[in-house]
Amino acid sequence: MSLAKRIIPCLDVDDGRVVKGVQFVDIRDAGDPVEIARRYDNEGADELTFLDITASSGDRETMVHVVEQVAGEVFIPLTVGGGIRKLQDIRRMLNAGADKVGINTAAVFTPEFVKQAADRFGSQCIVVAIDAKRVSTENEPARWEIFTHGGRKPTGIDAVEWAIKMVDFGAGEILLTSMDRDGTKIGFDLELTRAISEAVTVPVIASGGVGNLQHLADGILKGKADAVLAASIFHFGEYTIQQAKRAMANQGIEMRLQ
Amino acid sequence: MTSVAVIDYGMGNLHSIAKALQHIPSKPTVLVTAKPDEILAADRVVLPGVGAIGDCMSALENAQLDRVVHQAARQKPLLGVCIGLQIMLDESEESGSTRCLGIFPGKVKKFSEQMRDEDNNAIKIPHMGWNTVQQNQHPLWNDIPDNSRFYFVHSYYATADNPEHCVGTSEYPNVFTCALARDNIFAVQFHPEKSQHYGLQLLDNFIRWNI
Repeated sequence: MSLAKRIIPCLDVDDGRVVKGVQFVDIRDAGDPVEIARRYDNEGADELTFLDITASSGDRETMVHVVEQVAGEVFIPLTVGGGIRKLQDIRRMLNAGADKVGINTAAVFTPEFVKQAADRFGSQCIVVAIDAKRVSTENEPARWEIFTHGGRKPTGIDAVEWAIKMVDFGAGEILLTSMDRDGTKIGFDLELTRAISEAVTVPVIASGGVGNLQHLADGILKGKADAVLAASIFHFGEYTIQQAKRAMANQGIEMRLQ
Repeated sequence: MTSVAVIDYGMGNLHSIAKALQHIPSKPTVLVTAKPDEILAADRVVLPGVGAIGDCMSALENAQLDRVVHQAARQKPLLGVCIGLQIMLDESEESGSTRCLGIFPGKVKKFSEQMRDEDNNAIKIPHMGWNTVQQNQHPLWNDIPDNSRFYFVHSYYATADNPEHCVGTSEYPNVFTCALARDNIFAVQFHPEKSQHYGLQLLDNFIRWNI
């Protein structure tokens, strides 16, 4: 008996509604964050991540209400990412009931922000989200760089060095997304996941590319991740979280089964 | 109806625990407060806390709430959660060395970064996620099966001097104390407010606890 590996469904929220097509068959309102959160909680999700993709920062107050509502009904850890740029943004989300916040772009432009945030609120609630893309060619040793703006803008920063730096600055967890794999359904970039996971002392969440249950297991067994994040395979009812957990447990991975 | 005060000393996520307490079947009246008279007027008291223990201890002392916690500890059911457990020991290795409340004799130590699991992978710190809890007999475990999983997130852990105070253990990778109890006091390292069904059951047991 020991610490379980985690499955974390991720929900994109735009102006208070879950988008990117969540299509459960027996759900009344497919866009309602509370209803979807409750559904995943019942299925055995270990945590939930909400990504605020609202374009206008003026509408971010809506996300605060979403977090408040979900936190009042679902009693598992909640992470909120997207648009977290100031200490005040973190304070608002934690007060609303979030347990952790994901910092992405702001960390790249102002690494000191991660330090300030960890000092103020504790490392346990600071997740640094890293969007990495392979920049090496076939014959070179593997190398990845940090990209911002949804994978469009290169920064020239080495992903492994960056992860180590973010942990030094106080990140309590790394959410690692392979921009090469995101949306492809061909599986995680396992080499990247393993490189980061072995380089840092904090837990790593693998993200980007999950298309089936074997991909989830591979993220843990081959990628050495501590948790796996996925969106579409759960949203469209292809697999339930319970099925995913059983499949992973059958491969000897420690899971929280109900 | 029983009332419960959640001590608000400016540290940590009080809303989660308040919301969880409002959600449980025993339906206590929940007050999140920093006022000593309100805390001491409540039937039961919860001491939460996240972040650095040095900051937590300073915040408690600056608000003169350390005395209030001691008073509550003598009088009524008191539940410590996360740093709320750690702060009940004598001292912590965190922030150099932090003197704490001394409600339970013992120290708080950091998980060693040299630890390895059975597959020789480095152990990640913080200890984050759902781990099993091995129970010793206590009414707050009622209706919770032994070895149920609870949600943890911490880098430091309690070592109690008196083994009789240990009512719950977990493994990471070595066995450590994750629940302490004596008399009217119960404290847990994990987060019952984030531990779904069994976490809410534990909070409900606390509200129904007759000492």
